[in-house]
Amino acid sequence: MSRLLLFIPLLLFFVLAAFLWKGLSIDPRELPSALLDKPFPEFSLSPLREPEQIVTTKDFIGQPVLVNVWATWCPSCRQEHEQLLAISQSGEIPIIGLNYKDERELALNWLQQLGNPYQFNIYDVDGMLGLDLGVYGAPETYLLDAQGIIRYRHVGVLTAQAWQDLKVIIKGWDSVKN
Amino acid sequence: MIPEIGEFALIIALFLSAVLALVPMYGAATVNELWMSYAKPLAKGQFLFMLISFICLGYAFSQDDFSVIYVAQHSNSQMPIQFKLSAIWGGHEGSLLLWAFILSGWTLAVSLFSRSLPLDMLARVLSVMGIIATGFISFLLVTSSPFLRYLPSFPEDGADLNPLLQDFGLIVHPPMLYMGYVGFSVAFSFAIAALLSGRLDTAWARWSRSWTNIAWAFLGLGITLGSWWAYYELGWGGWWFWDPVENASLMPWLVGTALVHSLAATEKRGVFKSWTLLLAIFAFSLSLLGTFLVRSGVLTSVHAFASDPERGFFILMLLAITMGGSLTLYAFKAPNVKSESNFSWLSREVLLLVNNVFLTVMAVTVLLGTLYPLLIDALGAGKISVGPPYFNAVFVPIMGTMAVAMGISVAVRWRETSTKVVIDKLWLPAAISILCGLIFPFFYGSGFDFRVFIGISVSLWVISTVITEFIGKFRNAQSFSIKLKQLPFSYYGMMLAHIGVAVTAIGITLVSTYSEERDIRMAKGDSVELAGYQFIFQGTHVVKGPNYVADQATIEVLESGTFVVTLHPEKRRYNVKRNMMTEADIDAGLFRDLYVALGEPLNNGEAWAVRVHYKPYVRWLWLGGILMALGGLLTVADKRYRQSKAEPEDAYV
Repeated sequence: MSRLLLFIPLLLFFVLAAFLWKGLSIDPRELPSALLDKPFPEFSLSPLREPEQIVTTKDFIGQPVLVNVWATWCPSCRQEHEQLLAISQSGEIPIIGLNYKDERELALNWLQQLGNPYQFNIYDVDGMLGLDLGVYGAPETYLLDAQGIIRYRHVGVLTAQAWQDLKVIIKGWDSVKN
Repeated sequence: MIPEIGEFALIIALFLSAVLALVPMYGAATVNELWMSYAKPLAKGQFLFMLISFICLGYAFSQDDFSVIYVAQHSNSQMPIQFKLSAIWGGHEGSLLLWAFILSGWTLAVSLFSRSLPLDMLARVLSVMGIIATGFISFLLVTSSPFLRYLPSFPEDGADLNPLLQDFGLIVHPPMLYMGYVGFSVAFSFAIAALLSGRLDTAWARWSRSWTNIAWAFLGLGITLGSWWAYYELGWGGWWFWDPVENASLMPWLVGTALVHSLAATEKRGVFKSWTLLLAIFAFSLSLLGTFLVRSGVLTSVHAFASDPERGFFILMLLAITMGGSLTLYAFKAPNVKSESNFSWLSREVLLLVNNVFLTVMAVTVLLGTLYPLLIDALGAGKISVGPPYFNAVFVPIMGTMAVAMGISVAVRWRETSTKVVIDKLWLPAAISILCGLIFPFFYGSGFDFRVFIGISVSLWVISTVITEFIGKFRNAQSFSIKLKQLPFSYYGMMLAHIGVAVTAIGITLVSTYSEERDIRMAKGDSVELAGYQFIFQGTHVVKGPNYVADQATIEVLESGTFVVTLHPEKRRYNVKRNMMTEADIDAGLFRDLYVALGEPLNNGEAWAVRVHYKPYVRWLWLGGILMALGGLLTVADKRYRQSKAEPEDAYV
């Protein structure tokens, strides 16, 4: 009987290996198919700066926007901040921040210190909107079209290369419009 | 030509390691001395060719050979030579080469320093290491050769190394960490060899003990260096992020710590044999799992610099063979007889078991937190993330409880200790540490703080029990100096390591409670007060580095009117990748760090956003890490291990 107990570690390993195997075929940088080309989930949260007000999807539908998920506890968010500032200065597309599982005061300090690339920030303190959105971790960036449909998701630091890819998609929309 | 020699040397090393994996193993199984004796020369040959391969890559970097893809992607002609050389492990391919090179180094070391080992044991151990080397070198050659060329035309200059990595930290942190990771392969190989031969005596524990302690010490140093590097390089004063890659290094360290203790019990008392074997298997398996997590792209992380499903698949196969194979072997061959020795509930055996349970629970906690997003995702239940709050909430209470057990453990003996003796020994340290813990927050801070009370009390408890026990050793000693020399090195090592844990705990407690920071806009002449220090901004000027241009600020620090130090934080722009880097400047001290980082220029450079930190006792974090590692290394110098090398194998059984 006790000999059988010695097989437990092996069994546990098989379970783990099965998950890792499955994990390989999932690309964490990809949006779950459930949300791609679907509307941005409905929410009603306060903006970062004005705790007493409410923002909803209505506040950004009508034009293409980037929604950037960030938090002060996330070192990679600091890395991509320069890029976000550059995008907001170029005026090519507005950026909405989704401040994820963070503290209001820390987040405001951060924006004051590093500069603010966002039109406004959604303050998602308990991560519920992040959950609906399928946020894997900060930073993440979503591209929404004028109807508020999610068209692209980028996981991890928004590099200059990733921004070029996004620009190609946005340019594509412009050419259809004209 | 040189890179081709490197590739070729790698292929020869692969053949040598494959022969090493098979021939001595077969020799041991058939008791063929000639075949077994091939192990040593093969280990040496394998090391030689890995060394050649490694030097070839280093040469390509030093000569700016940008026809080599890996060099072109990770170096640049403007980079200083020390960063060119450490860029060898600045990317996926090169760090794997470093991994395999260090493995061949450990294999060589085992073949050189194990004269006391019986031939069949040595043959099996080296063969198991040969199997691991075969796996990793073929991984290198098949999916990630660093010697591939851009042909026919190649870039004129390299793409430069990520500026975050152009730092002293890159030179020392990865090699130390890998020494630890890979070092656990020795303990693993000893465990497998013991299982194969069925000789699970205490001699096996004694042989693997010193190897395990060395690897454990290196891993601890590697983690400490990584934390210190993140602290000064990322520019915002954080020292631990619960990032998947940090967790990947913490898990083997935790299990390794359990192994170090469990091996002691197995060697001294012949108990917990099966458990020790399992820990040895898991310590190395978790190192491999860490490699898998970092390289495969299943988790996103700051460190994940090369993610590629094909590579992930290959590592998963290596992991499956190593872990699956060793655990199957374990299931069939591990001894399941009850230990013959008995011990009471208050004995060092039991406390070591408690320590093992706590450490294992911590490792599992970290593993779950790290893999949770992956598990949920694989179950199709959506994608979620686990932040630092989870880890802190689970980790801190377990750590605190374990520290209490640590204090008791040094006071009890093997087999049995009476409760009265333990209470007699421990009431004084307990009273002193609780009292100091109560007073400290009033004296140091502004009022009572529960976290500080707990943190300081348990840390002082660990220190005071070690010291009480040490003093107790001299009670019946005739001469102080003779007794001092009589105590084994491993005892001093234990003391040092335990005090290291306490020192780190004090650092963590105080820096996370009493840190202060301010973000402010500063123009020339502005000043700010923080924790009794006055920071005066005296403007910026442009300085030119070898491959960057920087705005350097001058900030003078005064304490009640007296000059303390002048700090020069920088905002750098690297020429090639055009990224901005914040280079913080720190006035380090044993009791406090003053940390200044530049944010953004405001009003066209008239003023700057400046972040000023006051970090009390932050150095203690790393000081404790160094003490732990020194303690681990000191145990290796113990007479027992040195003598056993010169004496016949059975002398100590």
